[in-house]
Amino acid sequence: MPSSSSTSRSSLTGWLYVSPLVGVLVPFFLAPILVVLAASFFGSDGFGGLTPGFTLANYVEVLHSALTLKLYLATIKFTVLTWIFTLLIGFFVAYFLVFHVRNQLLAIGLFLLCTVPFWTSNIIRMISWIPLLGKEGLINAALISTGVIRQPLEVLLFSDLAVVIAYVHQLTIFMIVPIFNAMARIDKRLIEAAIDAGASRFDILRLIVVPMAKSGIALGSIFVVSIVMGDFFVVKVMSGGGSASVVSAFYEDVGVLQYPTAAASAVLLTLVLVAIVSLILRSVDIRREITR
Amino acid sequence: MRIERGDIELAGVCKSYDGVVNAVDGVNLRIADGAYCCFIGPSGCGKTTILRMIAGHEDPTAGEIVIGGHNVVGLPPVQRRTAMMFQSYALFPHLTVRENIAFALQVRGQSKAERLRAADAMIEKVRLTQFADRLPAQLSGGQQQRVALARAAITEPRVLLLDEPLSALDEQLRVQMRQELRRMQRELGITFIHVTHTQLEAIALADLVVVMEQGRIKQAGPAREVYAHPRDRYVAEFMGGQNVLSGRVAKVNGGSFLLKQGAREAIEVPLQARRGIGVGDTIDIAVRRDDVALVRPGASLPPGCGTALPSRVTAIEYQGYFVKVMLDTVPDDEFVAYVPEKTFFADPFNVGDVVLATWVADRARPLA
Repeated sequence: MPSSSSTSRSSLTGWLYVSPLVGVLVPFFLAPILVVLAASFFGSDGFGGLTPGFTLANYVEVLHSALTLKLYLATIKFTVLTWIFTLLIGFFVAYFLVFHVRNQLLAIGLFLLCTVPFWTSNIIRMISWIPLLGKEGLINAALISTGVIRQPLEVLLFSDLAVVIAYVHQLTIFMIVPIFNAMARIDKRLIEAAIDAGASRFDILRLIVVPMAKSGIALGSIFVVSIVMGDFFVVKVMSGGGSASVVSAFYEDVGVLQYPTAAASAVLLTLVLVAIVSLILRSVDIRREITR
Repeated sequence: MRIERGDIELAGVCKSYDGVVNAVDGVNLRIADGAYCCFIGPSGCGKTTILRMIAGHEDPTAGEIVIGGHNVVGLPPVQRRTAMMFQSYALFPHLTVRENIAFALQVRGQSKAERLRAADAMIEKVRLTQFADRLPAQLSGGQQQRVALARAAITEPRVLLLDEPLSALDEQLRVQMRQELRRMQRELGITFIHVTHTQLEAIALADLVVVMEQGRIKQAGPAREVYAHPRDRYVAEFMGGQNVLSGRVAKVNGGSFLLKQGAREAIEVPLQARRGIGVGDTIDIAVRRDDVALVRPGASLPPGCGTALPSRVTAIEYQGYFVKVMLDTVPDDEFVAYVPEKTFFADPFNVGDVVLATWVADRARPLA
């Protein structure tokens, strides 16, 4: 029948359209997740070997451990602090670039300038904080020489403060880019219309810019939150081993060949992140905002 | 300071963006309180810049803008008591119709109950009650335009500035909204300043039509005066409805002069008292297209007609109540006769026919 053959052809075209995405997602996303999920239900012989089967013991162990809660609290603390600072800095940098730099070429130039630190590796950028924040670093030296303090501040490096500083440094760009993008799409005449109606600069920010940049804020928040929650390296280096995050625990587990418990922790973290991201998406209809 | 009247005076207003070229070049104009004023000109003639300067979104480089007796240069829009309706409306896309209209009251610190009541009254005035909770994207062009009008009018401005308010609408809606604008202006009793590039819109609406070219005012006056008595070739051609002919003055008689065009027969044009026209001057004259009558060669001219220019019909367009007949009367310029439908079809011409274009002698006017 002609109608059924045309239907099957159009469904074939549909599959062809999605095949590149499927080709990427299946091997690089779906398969690893399934492997981890399967591993989280397996038993372990304690020497890195997995015994196939179905057991909830790994989850029971992870959930019963007092350490898990402590690590989640620590990670959430870093996440919230990093989110607040990257949001504040990212929002105002984007705001400045979009609404205060009149020359568009200059705005794009300054925007690209924001990406310059990313031309070098993450690790170098992190390590470069050490001479600045260290006990004999620039900040301490300056404070001592101006007589503000007599003893060097220990809290600057290898502390939670240092961790947050490093995160903010690394991740602010992930806020700037989507917020800049959302703000750049705000019609400048809307701002003029608001001024015409008598709105102050703060009114414009509160009633026009923030609501209309919501999709960018949500996207940036998703980037920052998921990166911080999934990271252990920055915490490890910048806290000098003094703090840990959720992912550090799996790292330790993997180190002692406890793959199933590491897998169970990973599944748990994934669920927590999915919950957070869906919460963010619930407050902003990103799909609608982006197609607007 | 509270500006109570909406009369506007522009005195030597100039605006330059680059310090070299004046986008607005020494504009002087007086607009009466409660007038409907239309600025008209091609794009880039400075009309929108003038509007934006009156609104306070742009500062003049030189000159004064006086509203209700106060120089308002440097004041924000709120203190001028002006409100602007932006081109393509600039409605806040994330706010409902009601919130859009109440916005100005919100930023003035009115309580929620109070401002929503005022907004609802305004919504009723522009007949949008059933759409009050919709977002702008869910409205048609005409409805969006009414929201924009209501949003601008809610602060009870003395002057409402409209930047090409009808350009985003289709033809039929444009005519309808044109009437609505005029109705609102009468109802509110305030000064409207309307920028447009459509001459029909300007003459249909305005008490005062201001024709602009390259930052300068070419002619300002009541619609009929600008349309029927254009001052120069530019205004005549821009406003339309006129045939412009140029030639050399061959002879000046008491009340008229003769204009000679190449080898053609001289055209007799009545002399306006104030103008000094001498033999040998090159001048333009205008004859309204609906004053031109067409007769077949050999037929007698209608009474009062002196000049008869032989021409060939190059095109004919049926326009409903009249027929637009295009002629090759003048070598380089358009020459058109608007012949009433009934007259035309009593003895229709065809393309290629030779006719005599004539008019009652005193209908021709010399231009500056």
